Formats: sequence, structure tokens, C-alpha cells
Amino acid sequence: MDEIKKDLQNPSKATHQDYFGRTITYICIAFVGLLVISILYFITTRGIATFTANHVSLWKFLSGTNWNPGLLDKHGNPQIGALPMIVTSFSVTILAAVVATPFALGVALFMTEIAPEKGTKILQPVIELLVGIPSVVYGFIGLSVIVPLIRHAFGGTGFGILAGTLVLFVRVLPTITSLSVDSIKAVPMFYRSASLALGATRWQTIYKVVLRAATPGILTAVIFGMSRAFGEALAVQMVIGNAVLMPHGLLTPSSTLTSQLTTGIGNTTMGTLPNNALWSLALILLLMSLVFNILVRFIGKKGSLKK
Amino acid sequence: MQNYSFDDTHIIDMPLEKAMTTENLQVFYGDNHAMHDATLAFPRYRITALIGASGSGKSTYLRCLNRMNDRIATVKGKIMYRDTDINSKDINVYEVRKHISMVFQRPNPFAKSIRENITFALKRNGIKDKTELNKRVEESLKAAALWDEVKDDLDKSALALSGGQAQRLCIARCVAMKPDILLLDEPASALDPISTAKIEETLQLLRKNYSIIIVTHNMQQASRIADYTAFFHMGHVLEYDKTEKIFTNPQIKATEDYISGNFG
Repeated sequence: MDEIKKDLQNPSKATHQDYFGRTITYICIAFVGLLVISILYFITTRGIATFTANHVSLWKFLSGTNWNPGLLDKHGNPQIGALPMIVTSFSVTILAAVVATPFALGVALFMTEIAPEKGTKILQPVIELLVGIPSVVYGFIGLSVIVPLIRHAFGGTGFGILAGTLVLFVRVLPTITSLSVDSIKAVPMFYRSASLALGATRWQTIYKVVLRAATPGILTAVIFGMSRAFGEALAVQMVIGNAVLMPHGLLTPSSTLTSQLTTGIGNTTMGTLPNNALWSLALILLLMSLVFNILVRFIGKKGSLKK
Repeated sequence: MQNYSFDDTHIIDMPLEKAMTTENLQVFYGDNHAMHDATLAFPRYRITALIGASGSGKSTYLRCLNRMNDRIATVKGKIMYRDTDINSKDINVYEVRKHISMVFQRPNPFAKSIRENITFALKRNGIKDKTELNKRVEESLKAAALWDEVKDDLDKSALALSGGQAQRLCIARCVAMKPDILLLDEPASALDPISTAKIEETLQLLRKNYSIIIVTHNMQQASRIADYTAFFHMGHVLEYDKTEKIFTNPQIKATEDYISGNFG
């Protein structure tokens, strides 16, 4: 009797293990937290230096169309206008998402509703394979297949937003597909049974019941795909043309935030204006990925509120 | 729903040896006051049933008894077990749960073999000897009346068992730890009548060596197996007495309405 009473009141091996495990997780989370904070701090201070140390106005940075950080214009101001890159980045991202979403949804529905067996046996590994292909390979294919095709079909150099969009389409398709598959699979079976039992056709069930229930998840998938496209550097850089010019159409060479970063970062010196300007581009990328993240959260919350 | 007075209660003093008691036990989910001043004493080596409608707080109450509400709700009041208030902060909850074990509504065997399901907790508590482990497996399965059905399949997956068998395995899993008290949260509500009957049989066997507290929706079940019965209503314990008194001569109007089906 008394022994049990004593056991109840005293710590045991189990409680010590508990403290030990908890301490380890706290140390890990502290380390990761520190890492994230230092990355944010680093990018932010560097990115802001353009405006604080080099006294470039934020408005000129966001609205200017001349990008030539090494040279001054005739008024003696540095030529740092990031608008062409911002526009191009958004164009390729949005276009790629618009093109990829219907295809991704089609594949996802086929994999989950139409032929679940083939879906899991054949398509799932294919999709996973597509995710795993390095982006430089996509870029290379784009460079040697898509760019010449566009050149023959529409004239011009073939480099530009259209080529970038097509490469990104392949790049984000598997991401959007696999996340959509997850959200459609998460729709409970009894929704389908209930709909079918009320006399709805298979298509009506998929369109009005399954997709409706999976909408928050699918939107999340699209936004994840967009944030992926927005941050993609190498594949886009190889087909976009890398001329910092305001795009006048889908076929003129242009440059995205990421492609300008990868081409420019090796040619500048730490602490100089050209270098700081690139950090400002990185800061924009960081803020955009934050926006995408917040959007995902927001949609997730809104979706779950309906239940 | 009719309004019943919460002041009008009939709770007997436990004449038998007590396994555990609660004093003014209160549970809060955030601001929601889910359990009001429950003072009950549970007899040793008897079966006590907790009955009441859905949302009456009986499961919430049961989960307090081995501190399963720790991270979910705020529990105030005293839970006395072996002259110790196990609801106090500096209590070793892992030891509490070794002696006060719980079986849940849905059978929840691990995705392991039948044998490993039982030896899991034993091994975690430092029992390494093979013969001792095998002995405990056999004993506990016999105690849960499952041995004859599974003795040739001990190394097969527990997920292949039927619902009733799985639930008895869960009971065996608890019994293997030789606890003092078994808490059961509607253990038969997901099972068919035959499995339910077997579970009840098992409980009758276990009653000799364990103090059992069972939450049930099924009033026939309570009247069949329980020695004492407590009636819960909207977070209050309104009546606690011997089972036959509760079912034949309830003292409180709410209890009478509930057991006769005139409730709500």
C-alpha cells in the first residue's frame, strides 16, 4: 500500500524521460527559431540598405523601369527600377497557375474518382517523379524544345514570358496535383454515398459535392503552386531571356526577380549599391512568400469555419 | 426539456471499502463549467455504473479519474486514491495511470501483434523476462475471456480481430498491468449484442480482482452488471445508490424520468 502511495508522489524514470524529451524539443525549436530569425534579419537589413544607406526612394524602386544598378542616369540618380521584374514574375506565376490548375484538377479527379486503382498504382509514382526532377532539367528542356518551338511558331527569339509560363506549368503541375489529390481524398466517403443515394449522377456528385467540399484544399494547392512558381529561379532563368525590360507581350525577352538574382549575385560586391539592390529583390521575394503563406492560412481557416 | 433542480440530490455514503473518491470535483472547458461539485465514493471490487444522457458529463468525469483530462480541461477539487490527492500538481501521472487504467469507447488496439499489444506497457515498465511476459499475456487474455479465441494467433495483427475481440484485447491490455481500478468509457456501445454480452461476462469475471467504473448509455447494461449506479444530469450528479434502488425506487424525479424514458 505505502509503496504505491510513494510511487504516486515521487518522480520516476518515466517523468525524467519526459523532461529529457521535452528539453530536446525545446533546444531544437530554439535553434530553428534562431535560424529563421537570423535569415529574416539578414535579408531585411541588406534589402533595406538600398533605401537607408543608398537613399534610393522606395517608390522609384517599385515603379522605375530602368535597371542598371552600376550606372547613374543623367540626373545622377542610380537606375534601380524593379517594376519590369516584378511584373514579369507575377505574369509567369499567374499564367502558369491559370494554365496548370485545370490540368492538375483533371489529373487529380482521375486519380481519385475515376480510376483510383490506376491512380495510386501508376499516376502517383509518375507525379512524385515529376516533383523530383531538378529544375535545371526542366529549364534545359525548355531551352532546347520550347524556345525553338515558339521561335518557329511566333517569330522573335522565343525567349520570354510564354516560354517561362510553359516551363513553370510543368514545374507546378505535380505540386498542385498531389495537394489536390490529398484534399479530394480527404472528402469523407459518406458525402459521395449520400449524393449518389439521392439520385445525383457521378459527375454531379464530383462537381457539386466532392469538389465543393475540397475547395479550400484545392485553393491551398493552387497557392502553393503559385508560391513555387514565384520562387523558381533556374528553370525560368534559362528560358526567360534575362533582359531587364518591361515586357510588351508574351514573346519579348524579360527577366524575373529570381532570374535577375541568380544572374546578378556573382557580379556584385558586398555592401555596394548593385549588391544591395539585389538584396532588395530578395526581400520582395521573401515578402511575397509571406503573403502566399498568409493566404494559405486564411483559406484554410475560412474553409474550416463552414463546418 | 424539463428543468430539474440541481439541489435536489440523493447521494449515499459508501458503506463498503472505498477504492477511490472524488470531493467537489469540478471541470471547466475554458469558460464552460462542464462538471459541478461531484462528490462520489467508489467501492472496492465492485462495478459502479455512471449513467445519464449525452452531454451530462459522465465521460468527462470518468476521464478525470486517471488524469486523462490534463491537457484538455481544468479540473478542480480532490480525487483521493490511497489517501493521496492524485489531482494535485506534483503527482506522477504516469504512476497514476499504471494503477488506474482506462478502456475507451472505440476499440483501439495498436497496429501490432496481439502479443505485442499486451506486452507494450509491460516492456515499457521494465519487465524483460520472456517467460514472465508470456505468463502475463496468457493470464490477461484469460481474464478478458479472449484466450481460447486467439491462443493460436498471438503473433497475428490485432487489427484483424473483430470489434468485440479487439475491445476485450484492450481490456486484457489494461489487466496485464495489474491495475487497481479499471475505467471503461462506454466499452460496448460500438459493439453488437453478442459482443456486448461477452464484454459484460468479462467484467463479471474481473470484478473479483478489480474495482470497475463504467460509463454506459445502456440502462439495461447498468442494471445487469453494476452494484452501484450514479445518475448524471447536465454536469451534476443527482443520484447515487445501489443499482437496484436506482432502478426500482429512485428518489429523484430526474432519475425516475430518465430510467423510465420520460426524459426531455
